[in-house]
Amino acid sequence: MLPESSRHRIRVTVNGQVYEREVEARLLLSDFLRYELGLTGTHVGCEHGVCGACTVQLDGQPVRSCLMFAVQADGREIRTVEGLAPDEERLHPIQEAFWEAHGLQCGFCTPGFLMTVEAFLRENPDPTDEEIREAISGNLCRCTGYVNIIKAVRLAAEKLRAGR
Amino acid sequence: MKPPRFRYFAPTSVDEAVELLSTHADAAKVLAGGQSLVPMLNLRLARPEVLVDINRIESLSYLRVEDGHLAVGALARHRMVEKAPEVAARVPVLQEAVRHVGHVQIRNRGTVTGSIVHADPSAEMPAVLALLDGSVRVVGPSGTRDIPWQELFLTYFTTTLGPDELAVETRFPLPPAGAGWSFMEVARRHGDFALVAVAALVTADETGRVKEARLSLAGVGGTPVRPERAEALLAGQALEDDVLAAVADAVREAIEPESDIHASAEYRRHVAGVLAGRALRAAMERARRGGEG
Amino acid sequence: MATRYFGQPIKRNEDPRLLRGRGLYVDDVQLPGMLHMALVRSPYARARIRRIDTSKALAAPGVVAVITHADLPANLQGPLPPLIPHPTLKHHKTQFALAPGQVRHAGEAVAAVVAESRYAAEDAAELVEVEYEPLPAVVDMEKALEPGSPLVHEDIGTNVAAHYTQVVGDVEKAFAEADLVFEEVFRPDRGQAQPMETRGVVAVYDRNLETLTIWDSTQAPIRIRSGLAELYGMRANQVRVIAPNVGGGFGPKIMMFYPEEVLVPWLAMKLGRPVKYIEDRREHFFATNQERDQVHRVQVAVRKDGTILGIKDVFLYDTGAYIPYGLIIPIVASCTLPGPYKIPNYHAEFKAVFTNKTICSPYRGAGRPHGVFVMERIINRIAEELGIDRVEVRRRNLIQPDEFPYDVGLIYQDNAPLRYDSGNYPGLLDKLLKLIEYDQWPARKEQYRKEGRYVGLGLALYVEGTGVGPYEGARVHVEPSGKVWVATGVGTQGQSHQTTFAQIVAEELGVRVEDVEVVTGDTGAFHWGTGTFASRAAVVAGNAVALAARDVKAKALEVAANLLEASVEDLELADGQVRVKGAPQRAVSLGQVAVAANPLRGTIPPGQEPGLEAARYFNPPQSAFSAGGHAAIIEVDPATGMIKILKYAVVHDCGRLINPMVVEGQIHGGVAQGIGGSFYERLVFDENGQLLTTTFMDFLIPTAMEVPDIVIDHQETPSPLNPLGVKGAGEAGVIPVPALFVDAIEDAFSGYGLRFREVPLDPNRLRQALAEAGVPGAGSTAA
Repeated sequence: MLPESSRHRIRVTVNGQVYEREVEARLLLSDFLRYELGLTGTHVGCEHGVCGACTVQLDGQPVRSCLMFAVQADGREIRTVEGLAPDEERLHPIQEAFWEAHGLQCGFCTPGFLMTVEAFLRENPDPTDEEIREAISGNLCRCTGYVNIIKAVRLAAEKLRAGR
Repeated sequence: MKPPRFRYFAPTSVDEAVELLSTHADAAKVLAGGQSLVPMLNLRLARPEVLVDINRIESLSYLRVEDGHLAVGALARHRMVEKAPEVAARVPVLQEAVRHVGHVQIRNRGTVTGSIVHADPSAEMPAVLALLDGSVRVVGPSGTRDIPWQELFLTYFTTTLGPDELAVETRFPLPPAGAGWSFMEVARRHGDFALVAVAALVTADETGRVKEARLSLAGVGGTPVRPERAEALLAGQALEDDVLAAVADAVREAIEPESDIHASAEYRRHVAGVLAGRALRAAMERARRGGEG
Repeated sequence: MATRYFGQPIKRNEDPRLLRGRGLYVDDVQLPGMLHMALVRSPYARARIRRIDTSKALAAPGVVAVITHADLPANLQGPLPPLIPHPTLKHHKTQFALAPGQVRHAGEAVAAVVAESRYAAEDAAELVEVEYEPLPAVVDMEKALEPGSPLVHEDIGTNVAAHYTQVVGDVEKAFAEADLVFEEVFRPDRGQAQPMETRGVVAVYDRNLETLTIWDSTQAPIRIRSGLAELYGMRANQVRVIAPNVGGGFGPKIMMFYPEEVLVPWLAMKLGRPVKYIEDRREHFFATNQERDQVHRVQVAVRKDGTILGIKDVFLYDTGAYIPYGLIIPIVASCTLPGPYKIPNYHAEFKAVFTNKTICSPYRGAGRPHGVFVMERIINRIAEELGIDRVEVRRRNLIQPDEFPYDVGLIYQDNAPLRYDSGNYPGLLDKLLKLIEYDQWPARKEQYRKEGRYVGLGLALYVEGTGVGPYEGARVHVEPSGKVWVATGVGTQGQSHQTTFAQIVAEELGVRVEDVEVVTGDTGAFHWGTGTFASRAAVVAGNAVALAARDVKAKALEVAANLLEASVEDLELADGQVRVKGAPQRAVSLGQVAVAANPLRGTIPPGQEPGLEAARYFNPPQSAFSAGGHAAIIEVDPATGMIKILKYAVVHDCGRLINPMVVEGQIHGGVAQGIGGSFYERLVFDENGQLLTTTFMDFLIPTAMEVPDIVIDHQETPSPLNPLGVKGAGEAGVIPVPALFVDAIEDAFSGYGLRFREVPLDPNRLRQALAEAGVPGAGSTAA
């Protein structure tokens, strides 16, 4: 009645830790991270690749985890928001900047922004406001109107350049 | 919205992939970047019983200039093309167009070839392929063939690729040295599919007149359009207002846009003419500067 | 009065956790043995259900149950409870947990599938066979009034749910006396809040404790709890509802009950396992409430100096297929229309009309944007007709600062008189004009025109009723550690309550903001309240927090006075201690005071309650009225109809500010939604009631590229109606945007006689209008 669904063993590194699991082929990477691994910091907003809430880093590059299957992450390295802060006492400078600049309100879209911004500032450590807007245009926010997010990214760039 | 059930294969060679496609034919779909396919799966608008994931075929991840072409392997991501110095140097119109594809997260996964064989006429890549008179190389059970763009695109989301064929490379002929270029798009928001997009290529003579001009349009029908009569009108001309007005009219006559919730056919028709003029002017500016900037 | 914390832009308490990805949203709740629900939804806007066959679905892998209306117990089969009655709401029709034999809007839930995973549940949902008999649907609210129109509810013989008129003065006399009378018709169109988090419910029943625990992404956890307890025939204290971190509310999450809120807990009890339902984005489009479509027919009477004599507004409010939330939106719209202006004669009349579309209930603004749109368009028309500058027309009609309290003459949504408590509208207007450099505008605009650019300036003013009752409450509790714990009933969907309420307490008790923990939205922590909506939480709950904190302070002083053998007047609270003024070494920590107030043995004075704790309620007598003005400079490309916002300025008055950073953030977000609703977002239905915009590819939420920088200035006219002097701010950003948007575009093409009466606009329709007006470059109007 229903088509066949294949299952696969995968080995994925997430935030430096190796996980081995057996998954259904159609299990989305977003659901794998959230339900299989319990890493619920990555959020799901649309499941059709527009809102960016599910953004994680695949081999250091931001991608939409709702548009990948967990099986595709076999042998790859994923970084999620849980892997940003260096430890329990300290936050990543980008997280600090969002905090200081009031760059989040409900917090639902925030992890996606953080993963996008972290990669962006690695590539472009001294961006203009226009470049910041473009870089984050693939992440939707309904609470902040982006004004303070842009402030936060500017502040984050400053902090990172100053080596903090 | 969760995808429907399917069997998943991840071949590591082109031959393996082609064999899977011939075995499963219409029941199978190729998964490359997934930026167009996976949303359709999640929305259950596409229900392939078999998914052939080509992301493990490392030999397809390349980009190189050879025999007067830019050869882009099937796994070359948009982002790779966006950043490649060869593209900036030899095919800048492609680099500019790729910047309009979605957002960085999409460009990190989506592939140029995948976008082309997805054949959305509002997408940027098919329009650039048409501008440069490019082709797609495919491999099937009976061997390899090159499909020129005119023979590739049938209509909305439909190409002449057989269900047992795998697109392995896109070939963009290099534009003439010193050619001016431009890519312009009207979209509802930054990164959205074009309501209308125009790509232009212009070579100029010493007097600043057009030697050869090419236009390619997205969002104006079921496939990208090269308006031949409009292009012919430009040969030997200076880009005066009356010439551009005639070209705009010719562009409008060459297209069959449709209405949807974002824009009416009439809007697309009007804007196509407007953008053609703007794109030609910008391309001519670059041509005067020897193709720079 | 110098303040340490109140009024300061303090960093949020809630952020580190959220930034680390440790927020708990409903979908993050994972319980052992949890099942997942998916719904079968009607593809038709109106149809009878002939037959439902669930056998194939039941046989699908992983499926545990498939439920239709017939499977529901009797107490869940009927219409769900109506929320806000009104004497003129004759037909208070409400929605069902599952459709009873017929469906009235596309997307209405017809069957529920419960399985081991959402994937399996969706597979099985596709196997449920429903035989529909489609019926003609009525989609347009004006057509719904025509004789012979299909009826959304056949048993009442009409599509009119309510007909309500409020009158101030004598509007017919005003028309007779006027120098100028004109008419307009306005049509704002449907939109949706679309928070980044869709709705969700998780429920688990504990058989040992006989308690039902529900996580719900609602803005009204307490009312959900009491409502569900009643519905299921349980005691209120057997049901606990937690609204954890909620990823944006903006209105639609205050509506109750959504079918899933009723089904999921019932299924958890019936199946003996936890059940989760997370709405996906496509479902959200037609299953979560919408708003914004109305049709206004206005007649205006004006003196030749531009002062308004009277307004008659007769309008239609499209409520969708049901009207659980009553008449709040149209009442608010009609009460917001007068705004900061003196309207001596006013006739506000509306009909609430059923159509076969998704239910409407408040979305940020809740009718205020409509009132402002109509009023500000009227102002501009007056300016045009009489040749008076549009700012001058506003000045001549403004309520003056010495005229407060100002009685508008209407009854507001809280059944209390619409009486503005305080404000300074001329001052606000002046600040706005300065911020947007209005005096330089004519010269700048001319310069743009010389360059062949079409750039316009738009502005709009509004008054916003906030802080409605009936009440909210809070408990403030000091722990032996000296840390303070606050519980209140309102929920939080990004409004920074964990910080602003902590600031209030910190100010009163002399502790650090980060030492105050605030719990919101958990009926287990506090169980009396209404919810977070209508820009009321800071006003109503905030004042309850203040009152409770003041009680705790008074008690702390009393207890400490005893401990320190000093008199209360000689003591102060600072740095987490109670100490003698001028002799800081004579001090006890607040924690020690808390311990002393709750001794293990001994006696405490009669009448004194134990511990350092107080619970207080604030019942506002009426609304507090915020006000604001927005102005924007917008450039339009006539050839493509595309726009660019060059500058956006806001002057905002919400009384005293608890945290200016938080208020500005709220304004930013509201403006972004306003921009979305003016030019990018629109819900499109076809003539059969099918929603055509069901993904983010079709419904376009602005990105960082579409929202400009927003400059904000404040004015503070404290409210005399509450101890803190605060007024609400949550909706302000969105309210005037559509009005100023069309104003700016008309201004950009002044001289071409453009007049917009509909929102949202889009490049398509804009270009068409420009072409029809003969604007160069906009092309022809031929198809």
